[in-house]
Amino acid sequence: MSVFRGFGGAGFRARTRAMVIKEFIQLRRDRLSFAMIVMIPLMQLVLFGYAINTTPRDLPTAVLLQERNDLSRSILRALENTGYFRITHQLDDAAAFDRLLASGDVLFAIEIPAGFERAVRRGERPALLVAADATDPVAAGSALSSLGQIVLTALQHDRAIPDAAAPPFEIRNHARYNPAAKSSLNIVPGLVGTILTMTMLIFTALSVTRELERGTMESLLSMPITPIEIMLGKIVPYILVGFIQASLIVGLGILLFGVPVFGSLTLLAVLSTLFIATNLSIGYTFSTVAQNQLQAMQMSIMYFLPNILLSGFMFPFAGMPVWAQWIGETLPLTHYLRIVRAIMLKGATIGELQYDTAMMFGLMLIAMTIAVARFRRTLD
Amino acid sequence: MNTAADNAIEVRGLTKRFGGRTVVRGISLNVRRGRIFGFLGPNGSGKTTTIRMLCGLLTPDEGEGTCLGFDIRTEADSIKRRVGYMTQRFSLYQDLSVRENLEFVARLYEMRDPVAAAREMIHRLGLDGREEQLAGELSGGWKQRLALGACTLPGPQLLLLDEPTAGVDPKARREFWNEIHALAAEGITALVSTHYMDEAERCHEIAYIAYGELLTRGTVEEVIDHAGLITYTVSGPHLNELQAELAKLPGVDMVAPFGASLHVSGRDERALEAAIAPYRSRTGLSWVRSEPSLEDVFIDLMSTARDNFQ
Repeated sequence: MSVFRGFGGAGFRARTRAMVIKEFIQLRRDRLSFAMIVMIPLMQLVLFGYAINTTPRDLPTAVLLQERNDLSRSILRALENTGYFRITHQLDDAAAFDRLLASGDVLFAIEIPAGFERAVRRGERPALLVAADATDPVAAGSALSSLGQIVLTALQHDRAIPDAAAPPFEIRNHARYNPAAKSSLNIVPGLVGTILTMTMLIFTALSVTRELERGTMESLLSMPITPIEIMLGKIVPYILVGFIQASLIVGLGILLFGVPVFGSLTLLAVLSTLFIATNLSIGYTFSTVAQNQLQAMQMSIMYFLPNILLSGFMFPFAGMPVWAQWIGETLPLTHYLRIVRAIMLKGATIGELQYDTAMMFGLMLIAMTIAVARFRRTLD
Repeated sequence: MNTAADNAIEVRGLTKRFGGRTVVRGISLNVRRGRIFGFLGPNGSGKTTTIRMLCGLLTPDEGEGTCLGFDIRTEADSIKRRVGYMTQRFSLYQDLSVRENLEFVARLYEMRDPVAAAREMIHRLGLDGREEQLAGELSGGWKQRLALGACTLPGPQLLLLDEPTAGVDPKARREFWNEIHALAAEGITALVSTHYMDEAERCHEIAYIAYGELLTRGTVEEVIDHAGLITYTVSGPHLNELQAELAKLPGVDMVAPFGASLHVSGRDERALEAAIAPYRSRTGLSWVRSEPSLEDVFIDLMSTARDNFQ
């Protein structure tokens, strides 16, 4: 009961008041915490409200026209009118299809076969071939389910085909890479990237501030060591740590969820190492900017939030508005997610992943440059 | 160029400001090679800032000079290779063992055999048997020894020791100073900041700094002579009341208690004599003309300096 002694008395109120005042003063001085109080809800609200769309529209689509006539043109128009599809590529060559799908440039590939119009008019119910990248089942799902009805309505409206009880053609769906639309196949590779982002960032985000807070930085700076040497010395050990972590997640994904690895494990390992190094560099950059360990943690959390929401991990990347996609392009996780899904589920090779690899590498160099430039060699 | 060879430290007019506040104001220092130079002054007087400017950790706003013949502004890297800096706060890795800390330093300085160098230093420090103990778990005195060991490990020509004996017991302090004298005998120059007066007497030369300004410098005798302070020691009953009375008198610049007596000092001999004349005949009090102590001199210097700045 001694805990409650003095509860409600004048002394109790005075002391509580003193504590409240002190906490407010400290909070006011702590600019970054203050910024977080405002920024986190703002960021969440804007990102969830505007950027995230679980029934994505304007999905990049390639079309292979084996015949060009009124019907095929009105099918294309109808596709675009649905709002789900944005035709980015018109092809004449079937080989280009696979490449575009594997590299992730398009999510859908639609083929109108030769003799389609004639077959429709004869009532032969020809097939419209639709290949969808189902590595992200959410992104592909709603567009696919609406496809048949909307195209049919559009065609009837255009009076290109006679009214009929049954649709005059058949849509032959091919959900590539993840035919059963299992979400674990999408989420497990995504988790590799997300977990690595979180852990790697925190390892290095605290590294410089820890030395500053413990006072070891002063003696380190008085010795003949350069900022680049300090940075590399702090990053390299964690590359190994990250590598073990990545192997663990991929291994468990294969064992527990039956996630396939169609591509080269070596390529996956090499690009994962690059991704780990990129995140460590970004964490290290935070560490050179932050004044103390708390600030470094806060920066990491603020960085982690858009990574989760805008990288395509939780919500389809293609469904986000352009400005959000631009932000997403600046996050290493976005590129790594494409890489890891492409290698594991599509069997992609380095040739198809050049852009994302180059972007990750570029982001790493930018982070390292900022870190070295920001690193203060003196205590001024 | 002869001076650069004789002087380990040679700086002129060092000034450092932090956000408009001048912390160090036009400090000039010459420290001859192989000397132990005591750097004295109260807390916040600018000792640490000056030392940091000497080893390249801070860039002076004004002033110039050399450390071991290298420009403190442009050749900090060369200075860092040859200077051992011991920070005021323990700055080795608390979560590394004694051996691991020393090996880290040896590797940073590209020593040929870091393991052997560390082992030798552990032996020299008398830390045998404790090499696997974490640095953070050592007592204050042992931490200081380890820190000194770490900054002497790469064989520096100059040691900058920032309050190395703060918070260390008298026995450990004595051993520490013996070690510094042993190092000086090997030809190493040491600049040691402290606010212990007894440590000043262990230095070849001292400088006193307050409010960011160098107030005096020289050997202990020179500093005391130069101050021109006349001091009487008075003992007897009711010294507390006497101190309050004497301090108000014109001609008495300082009254300080020393054990069971008071030191009464003044810069003007005639004025002091006149002021204390009525008290000299008071029964029970015994007055003796004495040498001012270093502390008397410093406190007097500080109060004059404060008068000048305010």
